[in-house]
Amino acid sequence: MSEFENFQSRAFVLPQEDIDTDQIIPARFLTTTSRAGLGAFAFHDWRFDRQGQPTAHPLVSLDTSSFQILVGGRNFGCGSSREHAPWALLDFGFKAVISSEIADIFRSNAARNGLLPIVAPAEAHAWLLHNPGAAVTIDLAGQSVQVEGGPSFSFDIEPFARHCLLEGTDPLGFLLARRAAIQAHEARMT
Amino acid sequence: MSPDAPPRSLFDKIWDAHLVETEAPQTPGVVYIDLHLVHEVTSPQAFAELEARDLAVRRPDRTLATIDHATPTLAFDPADGPAYASDAARKQVETLGENCRRHGITLHGWDSPHRGVVHVIGPELGATQPGMTIVCGDSHTATHGAFGALAFGIGTTEVGHVLATQCLLQRKPRSMRVTVDGEAPDGVSAKDIILAIIAEIGVDGGTGCVIEYAGEAIEALDMEGRMTVCNMSIEAGARAGMIAPDEKTFAWLEGRQHAPQGEAWEAAKQSWSQLFSDPGAKFDREVRLNAADLAPMVTWGTAPDTGIAITAPVPQETTASRKKALDYMQLKPGEAVTGARVDQVFIGSCTNSRISDLRDAARIMQGRRVADGVRALIVPGSVAVQKQAEAEGLDQVFRQAGAQWREPGCSMCIAMNGDRGEPGELVVSTSNRNFEGRQGPGVRTILASPATAAAAAIAGAVADPRQLAEVEYV
Repeated sequence: MSEFENFQSRAFVLPQEDIDTDQIIPARFLTTTSRAGLGAFAFHDWRFDRQGQPTAHPLVSLDTSSFQILVGGRNFGCGSSREHAPWALLDFGFKAVISSEIADIFRSNAARNGLLPIVAPAEAHAWLLHNPGAAVTIDLAGQSVQVEGGPSFSFDIEPFARHCLLEGTDPLGFLLARRAAIQAHEARMT
Repeated sequence: MSPDAPPRSLFDKIWDAHLVETEAPQTPGVVYIDLHLVHEVTSPQAFAELEARDLAVRRPDRTLATIDHATPTLAFDPADGPAYASDAARKQVETLGENCRRHGITLHGWDSPHRGVVHVIGPELGATQPGMTIVCGDSHTATHGAFGALAFGIGTTEVGHVLATQCLLQRKPRSMRVTVDGEAPDGVSAKDIILAIIAEIGVDGGTGCVIEYAGEAIEALDMEGRMTVCNMSIEAGARAGMIAPDEKTFAWLEGRQHAPQGEAWEAAKQSWSQLFSDPGAKFDREVRLNAADLAPMVTWGTAPDTGIAITAPVPQETTASRKKALDYMQLKPGEAVTGARVDQVFIGSCTNSRISDLRDAARIMQGRRVADGVRALIVPGSVAVQKQAEAEGLDQVFRQAGAQWREPGCSMCIAMNGDRGEPGELVVSTSNRNFEGRQGPGVRTILASPATAAAAAIAGAVADPRQLAEVEYV
């Protein structure tokens, strides 16, 4: 995974609460053996009607070159463990998700793939929900978010996830390097 | 426990016993995984990663695979093979077969008498045991917590981590205890209890937590009911749910294929009886309910915490998201959910597809007919459940009622195998998620128990199963 760099972009707002992984990518698109190209299915049933025609949803015409930050209502990413959800959002063009609360498994899956999950304080989150298109600067090393014309805030991220994102470190490599400790644990088990 | 040792919860005990390395400020803990369950949908990219890095599966003997999500549930002629919904689905199932062969992993595929939904077959084989850490690329892995295991869902990257190292990098989650006192009234099942718990704590109330379920009403449940309760922990945001093992747990496991035998069995039971929360163990949050207050539950919305007693009116909602959910469900505040016309009924899923669930449904359907215009799909959780139900004649009860008796699989719970509803249809479902479109684009889902789902099939509308329950199933 490449190193995560600070960036500025506009915030695209989906105000609904509890946006679940079946909205982010419907289950019928999970019959893939690849992780590539899933952006085509991101929010598919919000973007396309039953005949496959584009809907009036703002996601349809969204230019993700200027809107790389998704602000979602409270409890974003609840539901399944499918990693296809962050794969789809990344391939669609998002680089960070901001909400007042992000579901556990989605949050961990997102961070592992370079889609930065940011839990914002309630007040800042509410401001972002009411000010779609705000210019937002994300500084991962400084764990801070600057919002043009709005409340800036700092955010928590698990230190190792942050380290991996910043340095492009591979967590599997870290685990593989624990081989001796794993063997010792297995020896204690028997 | 030494007199000076602080009291520990069931979760603390299992967590501590599996730490290969404890967590530090800059690094998470390394947690050993005893059992890794694998299915076709969330594993191919993980195996591909292993291939790309030329890594072996560390413990194929601690890895167990099955096919369930993308598999069709219509019986097929072996000469023709299964009728997959798509070539992609076929390829996904075949890819799991190739990966398991290459890495020496036991796969319960089409030819196995142990095939079934991953969270049904683990316990059925006795592979799920108290005190274990169990993971699967599936959010309903908490099901196995019913046996006093720490079981949780993981993403595909983590599936790769476990395949390669049998370990995961984890920070210790917070803990919550949900105590359900009292005795559940007749007609109130494990599904009703967990829907009531989720309604109480909210769809995100368990985020960041491992839940321990305790109390009289939980102890009174049989193992299958306990699995139903733990299964839906994720619907309250919790990655894991667990129940301390007891004599019921041991009796259920004894003699099963993967369970210890002979002297090892006695030793295992001895060690498993230490798996309980010590008096005074600390939980970050405690929640209490009384089962005596409960009634059969149905959901009115598009999140699993929208359960209400079937006798209660649809609540007044104030937030935009919940108002939108009411519009989607075509339900009105103040009105009853009972009487809403039903198009389909689905009885199955890792929540409610075990033999006791099918018995509950059969008790309601016995000697009755599925209402005209309603499609009722009954999908056993495994080949073993299917055979048991057929030995008891339950399949005949369902068929004579006009319901469809299918082959095992996840089916309409996730609707990726071709089993689904049509836009606008109302489905009463024993599964775990009522998200928009979960059972097909535009489909409206009401979550309920097997008895309530069966009653809906007979009545052709949402109906209180207690009004149909007088017929005893023998």
